[in-house]
Amino acid sequence: MNHAKQRIMGWGFVAPALLWTMAFFVLPFVVMGAMSLATMKGRTLIWDLSLANYLELAEKAYLWRAIVVSLEITLTVTLVSIILAYPLAWIIAFRVPKHWQRLALLLSILPFWTSYVVRSYAWLLVLAREGMVNNTLISLGLIGDPITIANTRFATVTGFVHFFVMLLTLTIYANLVQLSPNYRRAAMDLGANALQTFRHVILPLTLPGVVTGAFLTFVLCIGDYVTPQILGGNTELTVPQVIMVQLGRRADFPLASALAIVLMGIVSLAYIASARWLKLDRL
Amino acid sequence: MMRALPWIYLLVAFVFIYLPVAALVLFSFQSGTLPVPPFNGPSLQWYGEILSDDDLMAALRNSVAVAFGSSAAAVILGFFAAYGLARYVLPGSALIRGILIAPLTVSYLIVGLGLLIVLTRSGFVLSLLTAAIGHVVINLPLAFAIIYASMGSQQQNAERAARDLGAGEVQVIWLVTVPILLPSIAAAFFLSVTLSWDEFIIAFLLTRFDVSLPVEIWSLLRSGLSPRLNAIGSFVFLISITVVLFLEIFVFRRNRQ
Repeated sequence: MNHAKQRIMGWGFVAPALLWTMAFFVLPFVVMGAMSLATMKGRTLIWDLSLANYLELAEKAYLWRAIVVSLEITLTVTLVSIILAYPLAWIIAFRVPKHWQRLALLLSILPFWTSYVVRSYAWLLVLAREGMVNNTLISLGLIGDPITIANTRFATVTGFVHFFVMLLTLTIYANLVQLSPNYRRAAMDLGANALQTFRHVILPLTLPGVVTGAFLTFVLCIGDYVTPQILGGNTELTVPQVIMVQLGRRADFPLASALAIVLMGIVSLAYIASARWLKLDRL
Repeated sequence: MMRALPWIYLLVAFVFIYLPVAALVLFSFQSGTLPVPPFNGPSLQWYGEILSDDDLMAALRNSVAVAFGSSAAAVILGFFAAYGLARYVLPGSALIRGILIAPLTVSYLIVGLGLLIVLTRSGFVLSLLTAAIGHVVINLPLAFAIIYASMGSQQQNAERAARDLGAGEVQVIWLVTVPILLPSIAAAFFLSVTLSWDEFIIAFLLTRFDVSLPVEIWSLLRSGLSPRLNAIGSFVFLISITVVLFLEIFVFRRNRQ
């Protein structure tokens, strides 16, 4: 085959996937960007290329508040998930006998496969006023009347942390078992105690894996609608919830698009902040 | 005491991880209308009820159809793109790879929103088909990445040998490349199926009358806590872990050997 024919064949194989992605991902994305510069006058859409939607974000308190709430929840969830998942991954990697590790890992991520919507509902069962936690606390005599846990930010964070602890345990475990045991032995030989070994040897070596997991957590958490909608009640809204409100009741596609662009901007900033350590190809 | 500490942590972590699942499954056997303590039962009444619920079973069939259809499309498109990029020298191949992978970096909500705007403006009627289009968009990058990563030079030698022996391009792909890559093609397919089958937000935005199972469950959630929902959730969980364990035992374990 000659060169030109080769190239045509190559394009022939790549073209269907490329056209699909261009038509159903790149094009919608561009249209969404353009849409964010349009405005709604009552029920009609006006393509006036204005920054009105973005200015509205700064002016209207509930929109600005949603961005702050989303960031607060996402940062809390990312931090708490890492702090809980790291010891769990550590114990599975270094305390559980080799033979049982795969089983322990499989068991610690099995609830991952409960349906996404159902998982948040299941937490509602645990946290509701008549739910298991309140029931247990009352029968132990620790509280008299049920306390409100569901429909709060705490419930949202709990639901998220549950999901991401499983995800992070998996990624951190994969990192820990890749480490040669010689690093630990060398540190111990040089007189480091367990804490110093962790602080100065293991943690720096596993940092890329931790940051990669944290970035993944950040991206998935800040874009999620289901968990805050089911567990958080409607006392405070996150950005995805506000986007859905715009789509549903008001059909304000321009404002929803602007919020989506802002969400992507935040994710890009998180990417830039963690790019030094990110190893997305190792996932 | 210090020696026991890791095991206590492991125990507490497992209680946290399994608490919602335990509540879900236990109270699916509740005899009564509230899935909260005290537990009365066990009773299978709610399972009987969901299995005879036509809307729910239709949603289940829809979900399976969308998952298998969109995954097949994603894997076929992803396979050919991987083959073209791994076997032919193309100008701008790094850019093409970047574009194909790009949907992975964007929230499902945003993918769904963009598609909703474009599809409705270009005259598509929202249906299971539009939801499937959305699922191909999110699964194509994964299928492409998995298959592309497994296209090494060993297979290329086998392909060259087949060509020297007179095989045409179609025969090379069908009789050499596909059989060699079957484990990663299967992995890509089943990963896509599990992601699509459970996907909510894109299906929610892009369907209207016929809906998938997560969307049907969502609409049932409005009526609050109910053992019926527990039964549905437990049932879906059972299907999912059966598939996962099947893959673990029959696909991935064989791969490693």
